[in-house]
Amino acid sequence: MPSVSSLRSLLTESLETPLPAASEPLRRFLQVARGAGLRVSAAEGIDAARALDVIGYGNRAALRDTLGLVLAKTPDEKKLYHEAFDLYFRHEALTATDEAGDGEGDNDGDRESAQSPQTENASALGELLSTGDQAGLATAMEAAGREAGIQNIRFFTQKNLYVRRILVGMGLRGVENEIESLRASGTPADGDHATLLETRVKRLRESVRDFVERNMLLHARGDNEQFREELLLSARLSNIDRRDLDRMRVLVRQMAKKLAARYAKTRRRRLRGQLDVRRTLRKNMGWDGIPFVTVWKQKRIEKPRVMVLCDVSGSVAAMAQFLLMFLYALNEALSDIRSFAYSGSLIEVSETLEKEPVEQAIVKIMEAVGWGSSNYGNSFADFEDGWMDFVTNKTTIIILGDARGNHNDPRTDIMARLSQRAKRIIWLNPEYHSMWGTGDSDMARYAPFCNLLTECSTLRHLERAISGILEDAC
Amino acid sequence: MSAENHSPAAPLQSIEAVDTGLSNAGYIASRPISTAIYLAHHLQKPILVEGPAGVGKTELAKSVAAWLKLPLIRMQCYEGLDESKSLYEWKYGKQLLYTQILKEKIGSVIGDADNLATALDKLHAFGDIFFSRNFLEPRPLLRALEQPGGSVLLIDEIDKSDQEFEAFLLEILSDYQVTVPEIGTVAAHTPPIVLLTSNSTRDLGDALKRRCLHLHIGFPDEKLEARIIASRVPGIDERLLKQLVSFVQQLRALDLKKLPSVSETIDWAKVMVLLHTAVLDVAIVRDTLNVLLKFEADIEAAGKQLAGLTQKAQHEAGIA
Repeated sequence: MPSVSSLRSLLTESLETPLPAASEPLRRFLQVARGAGLRVSAAEGIDAARALDVIGYGNRAALRDTLGLVLAKTPDEKKLYHEAFDLYFRHEALTATDEAGDGEGDNDGDRESAQSPQTENASALGELLSTGDQAGLATAMEAAGREAGIQNIRFFTQKNLYVRRILVGMGLRGVENEIESLRASGTPADGDHATLLETRVKRLRESVRDFVERNMLLHARGDNEQFREELLLSARLSNIDRRDLDRMRVLVRQMAKKLAARYAKTRRRRLRGQLDVRRTLRKNMGWDGIPFVTVWKQKRIEKPRVMVLCDVSGSVAAMAQFLLMFLYALNEALSDIRSFAYSGSLIEVSETLEKEPVEQAIVKIMEAVGWGSSNYGNSFADFEDGWMDFVTNKTTIIILGDARGNHNDPRTDIMARLSQRAKRIIWLNPEYHSMWGTGDSDMARYAPFCNLLTECSTLRHLERAISGILEDAC
Repeated sequence: MSAENHSPAAPLQSIEAVDTGLSNAGYIASRPISTAIYLAHHLQKPILVEGPAGVGKTELAKSVAAWLKLPLIRMQCYEGLDESKSLYEWKYGKQLLYTQILKEKIGSVIGDADNLATALDKLHAFGDIFFSRNFLEPRPLLRALEQPGGSVLLIDEIDKSDQEFEAFLLEILSDYQVTVPEIGTVAAHTPPIVLLTSNSTRDLGDALKRRCLHLHIGFPDEKLEARIIASRVPGIDERLLKQLVSFVQQLRALDLKKLPSVSETIDWAKVMVLLHTAVLDVAIVRDTLNVLLKFEADIEAAGKQLAGLTQKAQHEAGIA
C-alpha cells in the first residue's frame, strides 16, 4: 500500500497538472469568495481557472461576468459574489496604483529633501516614514499583513491584535527606539524630526487599522453570518432576541424550503419493471390481447393532511409562531393544513393565516386568543364540538403545548377519541424533558395517546420533528 | 478543443462575435449572456439559465441554434419524465412484430439441425438482433448526442422534473455520453451546446449546479429593453418605444403578483403598433393593460396609478 504522503503527492499532481500557472491571484480571490459566504468547491475552482485561461485577466468586466458564471450559483450568491469581487478588486487596485503610480520617480526627490539629519540609528520603517514613501509603506503593510496571517481574521475582537501584529511586523519597535534616541540627543533638529516621526506613526496606525478592517470585511463576513446562524439554530426559541427575529424568519423559510424540496415529490410514482397485468390486457383488447402497449404499476404517494393545534398562551407563544411559520412555508409538501389556536378556548385560524402574511397573521391571532392562561380540557372540548368530524384516518394531528392546564380537567377522554380517529397524534412540547409531569403539567396523562411525543424547543428540534412527519407519509 | 468542431468554432472566436451573432439572429444579449455562451463552448460546459418567466431563456437557445445553424433539440421537462421518454426506448411493437415473423420462419433459420445444441448455436449466430440499434427509438437526449455536426440541446424547465431525473442527467452533462445497458456507452460525436432552463420552482441539486455555468437573466434595464423591443417589433416609432419601455419599467417597481416580463412588453408593443398609437394615454393603457398584467388583482392595483405612470412615461420620452 502506498503511504499517505505519496498518495497526497499523487493527488496534488493529478489535480495540478491541468491547472494553468497564473492562478495565484485567483486562488486568493477564491479564498475571499469563500470568506464572503459562497460555497466554492474544488471542482469549481478548477473550472474558474480554466475559464480564466480562455478569457484572460485583461478585461475587468469580462472577468467579473466569467467568475460570476462559474462560482455563484444562486441569485443570493450572485449578490454576495458581486460585492466580494468589487471589494476585492478595489482593494487590489488601491495597492496596485500605489505601487505603480507613486513609484521611484517622486520618491527620489522626496528622499533628498527630507533627508534625516541623523541616520545612524534609522530603521527601515523610520526611513519610509520620514520620507513619506506611501507606496513603500503600503507594500510593507501588505507584507506584514500576510506574515501576520491577516486572512485568518474572523471576529472583530481580533482587530487590535492584528493591528499590533502588523505594526510590530513592519518594525514599529525600531522606530520607537529611534524616536527615543532622537529625543535623548536634545538638539532642536532632532526634536523636530522626532515629532514628525510621531505624527507619522500615528497616521500609520490609522491606516493599518483601516487595512485590517477592510480585510475583515473581505474574509470574515460569511463566517460571522454562519456562526450566528448556527447559534440561532440551537438557541431556545423562547429566548430569541427581538433583533434576531428577521434572521430567524429567513432561516425558517430556508429550512422549510429544503424540506419541501425533499418531500414535494410526484404524487404518483411509476414502479419501474412491474407490469400491471390487468390494465395491460384491458388496453390491448383491440389487438386480441397481444400486448403492444404496456401499462406499468403505479404507486400513489400521499401528502400528509395536517391539523395543528397551537397553544398560544404566554408560556408557549414564541414557539407557536415559528411552528406556524414553518408549516405555512411548507405548503408545497402538505396537501391540506388546518390550524387552530387555543389558550383558554380554541378557534380556527386557517383563514387568517392563508389570507395574510404569516407575520401579521400571528399578531392578529395573538390578539384574539393569545397570552391567556391555558385550559387544555376546555380547548379540547371546543375542538371536539366543532371539528372532530373532519378528522379522518388520514389526518395527522400536531399539538404544540406544554400541557400545563392550570389544574383544570385535562379531558383525556377527548384525547382518547381523537387518537382513535386520527392517523396519528404528534405532541411537541417546548419544555425540557425533565420538567414534564411536574407541577400542573398533564403531559404524563396525555402521553399514552400520542404516537410521538418529543421535546421541541429549538429550530433544530422543529426541523427534525417535521421532517419525521413528512418522511412517514411517503 | 476547437479543432474537433470546426463548424461552430469560427463564429465563437470572441465574446463580441457572440454578441453580434446573436443580435443578427434577433436576440439582443446582455454582456453576461454572451460571455456565458462563449464560455459554454470553450469549456464545453452546460449553462443553467435561471430567471423569471418570459425574460427569454428559451428564446436564447433558439437564437443560438439559428445563429450557428445547428439543429435545436428541445426537451420539455415535467413531473414523471423518465429515461424512456428522454433518452431511448425499445421499439416494442416492432420487436413483437419481428418475433411473429421469426416464429413462422424459424424452421428455415434452424434448418436441419437435429438436436437442441446445434439449433441454439445457429440461433446465436443469428445475433442479438432484438436489442440492437435497429430497434432503438432515440429520444431527445440520445438524438442530441448523435448529431454529427453538433447541436443545441435545450432542456426546458428542469425544475419541473423529479430529483431522480436530475441525477440521471449528470452523466450526460459532465461527459456528454450516456450508457444504454444493451448497447454500451454512446458518446457525442461533437459535444452539443446544452442549455438548461429553470424558473426556480424548486431548488436544484448541488451536483447539477456544480456541473453547469450559472446564468441568471433578470429583467433588462431600460436601454437593453428598448433595443430588444426595437429588434423584435421592427418599424416601431422611436417615441412610442421610449414611452412603452419607461412605462413597463415603472410598472415593475410596483408591488405586483406577477411582474410584466420582456415577452409581455413585446406583445404590448405589437398591440400598440397594430392600434396605430403614437402617444400613450391613460385610456388606451387601461384598455390594453391585460396584455401586460395577468392577474385581476394586479390590474386593479396598477389601475389606480395609471395616470401618474403614463404621465411620467410621456415626460421621459420627451412629450410635453
